[in-house]
Amino acid sequence: MSKFKKKAVVKQDIPTSSMPDVVFMLLFFFMVTTELRKTNIDVMQRIPEASQLRKLQRKSLVTDLYIGEPKKTDQFGKEPKIQVEDTFVEVSGIILWVTRQKDLLPENERDQLTVSLKVDSEAKRGIIADVETELRKANARKILYTSSQKKEEIR
Amino acid sequence: MARSTPEIPNASMADIAFLLLTFFLVTTTIANDKGLSIQLPAPLDPNAKVVEFQQHNLFTIQVNSSDALLVEGEPMDDVSGLKEQIKEFILNNGSNKELSDSPEKAIVTYKTDRGTSHKRFIQILDIIQNAYYDIWADQAGVTNARFREAASDLTTGDNKQIYDKGRKGIPMAISIAEPTKVGG
Repeated sequence: MSKFKKKAVVKQDIPTSSMPDVVFMLLFFFMVTTELRKTNIDVMQRIPEASQLRKLQRKSLVTDLYIGEPKKTDQFGKEPKIQVEDTFVEVSGIILWVTRQKDLLPENERDQLTVSLKVDSEAKRGIIADVETELRKANARKILYTSSQKKEEIR
Repeated sequence: MARSTPEIPNASMADIAFLLLTFFLVTTTIANDKGLSIQLPAPLDPNAKVVEFQQHNLFTIQVNSSDALLVEGEPMDDVSGLKEQIKEFILNNGSNKELSDSPEKAIVTYKTDRGTSHKRFIQILDIIQNAYYDIWADQAGVTNARFREAASDLTTGDNKQIYDKGRKGIPMAISIAEPTKVGG
């Protein structure tokens, strides 16, 4: 009964010839989405959670300002500090910084500059309010309190 | 005549690609540009007249330096009902004498202390904005998430239409007052 002895020939190995293609595709995805960090953030960044988030469309109009307790507390103390680009600034230096940021934008878009405030959860309102007062004076009035999506809202 | 065809060994291709992939995986930080968006008021004009608002058109929320909450003068521990309370206040339309006359006149004032933590500030601001976005989304006939998506990108006509329809007659009047200096 040779009929039943015949075994079906099933190839058991996974075809690997397309592996480089798959990997390259992943690679390109990460190459495109990646953004090499330009600045080292020297302040704590435990971003608070919120549910009613809005996305910013124009990345070029956004500029970041970090507030939080310095990571090197032995060097800079425990009081929250303001960081822009690679340096700490005092509250009084914010207007100058905003002016410089505005100069980088084309003239017709300068009033649309959005300041993204990346503030540590444990920072106090006092310092943030001081920053806001300066931003009002510098006429950079669109701001965004960067927050991450609250977990239970994702359904 | 034997002719050797030139060939590049491609067995290691996947290895190279994986190496690059790992590099990008490690260095990547997908930019997080999401958050609560607000517009700061114009700088204070010293010649500006003081405008008085009727008390019933104001919904007062205060947070002190130990993050305790005071809503319309009453202490509040559980914030789960706050959103509905704000919505009721905005959409009152004069039916209850102690709440707002109309959505246009309703103002939510939010006052913190210099010692209030940012976390608490964001939590309450989130609730206030949630109330407004709910109302706007309802009026535009879309879900809250869809409305915020439309509000984030007004370049398409469809989104602009939803946005304008939702906001019609209901300005988001959140007044964030200068913090007091008791604590902090």
